[in-house]
Amino acid sequence: MTHPQTELTVWIGGAAGDGIASAGESFAQACSRLGYHVFAYNSYQSVIRGGHVCMHVRIGTHKVYTQGDELDYLIALNADSFQRYATRVMPGGAILYNTDKFKAQPEQAGKDVQLMGLPVMELAGNQLMQNTALLGALIQVIGLNPATTRELIQERFTKKGEPIIKANLDAFDKGMEHAKRNGRPSGIRVGPGDGKRRPLAGGNPMVGFGALAAGCRFYSAYPMTPASSLLHWLVKYATTTGLLVKQCEDEISALNMAIGAGHVGVRAMTGTSGGGFALMTEAVGEAGMTETPVVIVEAMRGGPSTGLPTKTEQGDLFQILGASQGEFPKVILAPRTLQECYDMAIHAFNLAEKYQCPVLIATDLYLAERLETFEGVNISKIPIERGELVTQANGNGYRRFAVTPSGVSPRALPGTAGTVYTAATDEHDEDGIVISDVFTNPPVRKKMMEKRMRKIEGILSELPAPQLDGPANVELTLVGWGSTYQVMLEAMEALNREGFQVNVLCLRYLWPFQTAAVSRLLSSCKMTMSVEGNYTGQLVRLIRMETGISIQHHLRKYDGEPFEPRQVIEQARMLLKTKPKGSVVAAVVSDEGLPPDFSPIENPAIGAEATRQH
Amino acid sequence: MAQVKEYVGKVKPDWCPGCGDFGVLNALQRALAELDIAPHNVLIVSGIGCSSNLPGFIHAYGFHGLHGRSLPVASGARLGNTDLTVIATGGDGDGYGIGVGHFVHTCRRNLNMTYIVMDNQVYGLTTGQASPTTEKDIRTKSTPEGTIELALNPIALALSCGATYVARGFSGENLHLAQLMKGAIEHKGFALVDVFSPCVTYNKHNTYPWFRERVYKLEDKHHDPADFRLAMERAFEWGAEIPIGLFYKVDRPTYEDEEPTLRRNGTPLAKQPLERPELAAIMEDFI
Repeated sequence: MTHPQTELTVWIGGAAGDGIASAGESFAQACSRLGYHVFAYNSYQSVIRGGHVCMHVRIGTHKVYTQGDELDYLIALNADSFQRYATRVMPGGAILYNTDKFKAQPEQAGKDVQLMGLPVMELAGNQLMQNTALLGALIQVIGLNPATTRELIQERFTKKGEPIIKANLDAFDKGMEHAKRNGRPSGIRVGPGDGKRRPLAGGNPMVGFGALAAGCRFYSAYPMTPASSLLHWLVKYATTTGLLVKQCEDEISALNMAIGAGHVGVRAMTGTSGGGFALMTEAVGEAGMTETPVVIVEAMRGGPSTGLPTKTEQGDLFQILGASQGEFPKVILAPRTLQECYDMAIHAFNLAEKYQCPVLIATDLYLAERLETFEGVNISKIPIERGELVTQANGNGYRRFAVTPSGVSPRALPGTAGTVYTAATDEHDEDGIVISDVFTNPPVRKKMMEKRMRKIEGILSELPAPQLDGPANVELTLVGWGSTYQVMLEAMEALNREGFQVNVLCLRYLWPFQTAAVSRLLSSCKMTMSVEGNYTGQLVRLIRMETGISIQHHLRKYDGEPFEPRQVIEQARMLLKTKPKGSVVAAVVSDEGLPPDFSPIENPAIGAEATRQH
Repeated sequence: MAQVKEYVGKVKPDWCPGCGDFGVLNALQRALAELDIAPHNVLIVSGIGCSSNLPGFIHAYGFHGLHGRSLPVASGARLGNTDLTVIATGGDGDGYGIGVGHFVHTCRRNLNMTYIVMDNQVYGLTTGQASPTTEKDIRTKSTPEGTIELALNPIALALSCGATYVARGFSGENLHLAQLMKGAIEHKGFALVDVFSPCVTYNKHNTYPWFRERVYKLEDKHHDPADFRLAMERAFEWGAEIPIGLFYKVDRPTYEDEEPTLRRNGTPLAKQPLERPELAAIMEDFI
């Protein structure tokens, strides 16, 4: 869905180890500094070297919601990427590549696509300069101002010293010069950016940033893609912000440590993906029973089991929903945008402390690892609510788990004189005395259970109501949750431009479920189509379970790649045109340019030795 | 010195009459009283098992967590508030079975805290199955023809994993045990006190008389707790003579000493303000 003059898309393809992410990030950041809106998504594999990686960078003079589904410019760092994508480059676009690596014939590219081969060795004298030289050529072909890219090269290589900076700047300039001399002006250009230097980040850093803003001082984790970059981002700011980051022996330890820190009054968080969260499960209930505040980030990836370590999926909703035995209040938040990653992380800590319960932030690889410009977030007046804390004994006898109308019992922290208690995972009475072993006391059990569960009403009263995006009284409502928000928005806008009437209901507060509000919204919808990145339609099932309302049509994706706008648009258009009576369930798949009979045995990893990344 | 009674909890222990854990509880109360640590500055974290009920029976802050997870909770609490005296307690199934992964890593981490394991060589709360420290060929409810696996050696394991205070006591030697605990709590680093704490109901093999006949005190043989090799040697003594006492003690920087954030600011995390002035600078990094 490229709109000439307002946006364009660049793909950088190659093998892992080719430096694609850093080249793509440099380009994305250079564009954001020129005042463009940017969305970048890196489709990569679970190897450190070899395999296939493709970074999609889409820039625009308007907000770009997704990575899009077309490409105007391709930087092919190996023959594999060239073969996969050359024919998909839009007319007027260009393909840039290193002629030292492979030879390309004009007939292999699409019609009216410029082939721009760079003799990197001859130009820069060093194959390591390949990405920088190609970036220079790209900037020239697109006709962007090179100033911000040069600026970034200087910043990126500051630590490596002046000679490295100079070599890279030279390679960049040589790339530009070569394109100027040997190329022709490109047919696809984007108007000038607005000059506003927008921040550029991903979901993981934004959750981390929100956590820091909320006063989080403890983060414990075990490495697991795609949550690892949250660990890396936080540890980078640990010493300047006074955050303690602890890598643990496993995820069981990670959550239990966070609970220990939370118990003594530290705002604590842990982060993982689906497999690690499975290990944390028992401790989620521990936080529920001991009424300990803790925030848990679950960045989903393709399952089941080890699944697709570097691919996205929305397949863990039911795992998170069902996590831990028994019943207790917990909160599940599913931020949909970068701003919401930040705002909802802050909200998560407030809810956790006010209601003394575990709060889960469910993201996925697509949201966590994307790079996107955003319009800034509130960093000056952070709303911090610690809930009811007892700082000194009042002499009337402190009861840690006192039964109250709200279900919230004022919390005393270890170290406070006169309020000594034990928090037990066994059922206990108001004093914290275990009632499970010797004299199980049914009335007390009932009272304590009801006390804890009453907190759900308070939590619900604090959650902002779900809202429809787009026009009211439409023909079709797209329904989803979390990271699919922006692809639904893009599809909605495109369809409405075509003359259809479409809006979006994308949920971000998933539990406790806002039954009344969601029922009200859905009852007013004529036709509905769910858009979910999983096989069974987990949100659809949750909605039906909680409201009795069945979403009519379904679009699903479980191939590891995010939805492309076109896929949503085409299915919605078909429904809008044909108005089928029954329920239509469709699953879409991304075309990664692999032949259908591709064999990993006959095509071992391209590049050096393949090592796996999980 | 504080009075022992200041550490007596509201709830009377529900252990079987004669259980070794009574002696451990008494020794811990005595050690805390002698060290004069106010009950509200002590946090006792346990897992699940008969012995893990201990926090409910002592007047101090307590956290009675999940089976096998006392050490991570205690570690998080200790890192969160370094003003607290943190003590983890539990049994051999809890610490050396389901939680052994945490035990290994907590030893090498060397946080300044104490771990007291009431080792009765059997699963008591689940009514008498084999535990990781059950001796080979012993018949239990789950091993009617005798255990096949070798018993785990907690002393040798702790030594090899880097624990900086490694001791073993016997709940039948209460004053001796209290002194070992006192040393453990005073020690700056991770201290293990493994305690022979007989289960009078389910372990008919490792009984009080069985231990009384065998245990000897390391100090009586002039054991040098600074000698790692000797400590390791003593750790493998089992049979007619079984050592109790302090096997090994060494001063090594604690995790808290070297943890970058704590090193830069010694104020416990729990007592630091939540407001962060650094947000604007971080925001700049996104541009």
